[in-house]
Amino acid sequence: MKKWLYGSIALLAANAARAQSETPTLSAGDTAWMLVATVLVLLMTIPGLSLFYAGLVRTKNVLSVLMQCFAITAVVSVIWVLYGYSLTFSTTGMEQGVINLASFVGNFDRAMLSGLTRDGLVLSIPESVFVTFQMTFAIITVALIVGAIAERMRFAALLVFAILWVTIVYFPMAHMVWSGNGGLLWDLGVIDFAGGTVVHINAGIAALVAALVLGKRKGYPNTAMPPHNLTYTVIGASLLWVGWFGFNAGSAVAANGSAGMAMLVTQVATAAAAVGWMAIEWIIHKKPSVLGLASGAVAGLVAITPASGSCGPGGALVIGFAAGVICYFAATKLKRALRYDDSLDVFGVHAVGGIVGAILTGVFADASLGGIGLAEGRSIAGQVWIQIEGVLFTVAYSGILTFIILKLVGLVLPLRVTPDEENEGLDLVLHDERGYNL
Amino acid sequence: MKMVVAIIKPFKLDDVREALSEVGMTGITVTEVKGFGRQKGHTELYRGAEYVVDFLPKVKIEMAVVDDRADAVVDAIRKAANTGRIGDGKIFVYNLDQVVRIRTGEVDGDAL
Repeated sequence: MKKWLYGSIALLAANAARAQSETPTLSAGDTAWMLVATVLVLLMTIPGLSLFYAGLVRTKNVLSVLMQCFAITAVVSVIWVLYGYSLTFSTTGMEQGVINLASFVGNFDRAMLSGLTRDGLVLSIPESVFVTFQMTFAIITVALIVGAIAERMRFAALLVFAILWVTIVYFPMAHMVWSGNGGLLWDLGVIDFAGGTVVHINAGIAALVAALVLGKRKGYPNTAMPPHNLTYTVIGASLLWVGWFGFNAGSAVAANGSAGMAMLVTQVATAAAAVGWMAIEWIIHKKPSVLGLASGAVAGLVAITPASGSCGPGGALVIGFAAGVICYFAATKLKRALRYDDSLDVFGVHAVGGIVGAILTGVFADASLGGIGLAEGRSIAGQVWIQIEGVLFTVAYSGILTFIILKLVGLVLPLRVTPDEENEGLDLVLHDERGYNL
Repeated sequence: MKMVVAIIKPFKLDDVREALSEVGMTGITVTEVKGFGRQKGHTELYRGAEYVVDFLPKVKIEMAVVDDRADAVVDAIRKAANTGRIGDGKIFVYNLDQVVRIRTGEVDGDAL
């Protein structure tokens, strides 16, 4: 799986001319699937996440959210090509068990995708496909944060923040977890198949920090700010569910049993989480809601992400259901108790769901619980502790650096619109546009 | 002349329109409004955040009538819009100083 993957990149980069019996060959089936998976993950951001968020904000801010997600897609794509892929996946100097700079972040050897050829492979797929596939992960991680600062952050500050954050927080996190032997969290043995830590906990913690630094929306929590169009939110959630198969099953980087099982467990966990949130909401509030159902599904998708390469269907049921119930409390009771204004519950669903999933990944990877099997000599408790270490590292890394980046950006640019501008609405104030001219 | 303005429950609009044509009213203006009186609002819940919504959707109908028709019109509206429950609405009658038909320039009674 991923271990072969990055070993292969290093091999190719180091000595492409050497013909070996282990030289990877192109698999049309794998390539076809990964091309599709890439498209599916892009769909998750545009328009999946975009619509999910757009429906949740007030009418006067609908365009601002769409603008932020779409612009992040464009900007992060460019950054990825310029140096993102390089910082994330270049492996020079990485050595298993050795902690050096390369354990934390790659270098600029592959800047501007230098060395990329039409025929070069990563495992059994063209490197170009791998580059684009991973690009879509970087995109959605940054876009997720938009939810926490919606309806009050200035667009320019957001763009600058996005560029700095993806560079300083996302690329190193992805490198530490996914670039192979020598990566800090890879060597630790953290299991994170598709990005529970790298994407969800990372974005979720950054979101919480951003929500706290920016402060509450004017009038929160006493003024009613109901979603202006939950139909968009449900459409967005549906696109997220469907697109996520690219996210999880695509992380197998092959059209094989691993991808098949990843797809199955993703479906199972998502369904269980949706049912879980719906059930707990029904019990507590006496009526189930469509927003709850959709949110539950997203929580399940988040939680199964790290486990999708290692757990079985039974484990997926537990992971999903647990995420659905726990995230319900995080997004409702916890949020109100702690009084932060994470407008669209990025922390409650992505951070909390990611943490639940990351920890349970350690449990359900065990063969006795239907999983793929833990590393030689490792117990469930041992793996769970490693997962916890991975979670703690991610929380600290993301939290601290996000705070610093925001403060730095805030020194140069205003982070937040003025109260009058906030009243008027970001669409008109920042973009001279109206979402609806009815 | 009088301007009759009525706030009614939205689903009653068709009944009121029919009743008005039976008393000879040929033109009315309808606006969607919201408001409250004695009828209580309702609560909505979004991810644990509960909102009390005081305003209820209503429909406002307005029509200009000649003086001797006013009572019949008010009566027709009241009967058609009535459900017997709180929130049925109110009818207001104003004095109307002038009416002009834009197309022809006819005034007052000739414009109604």
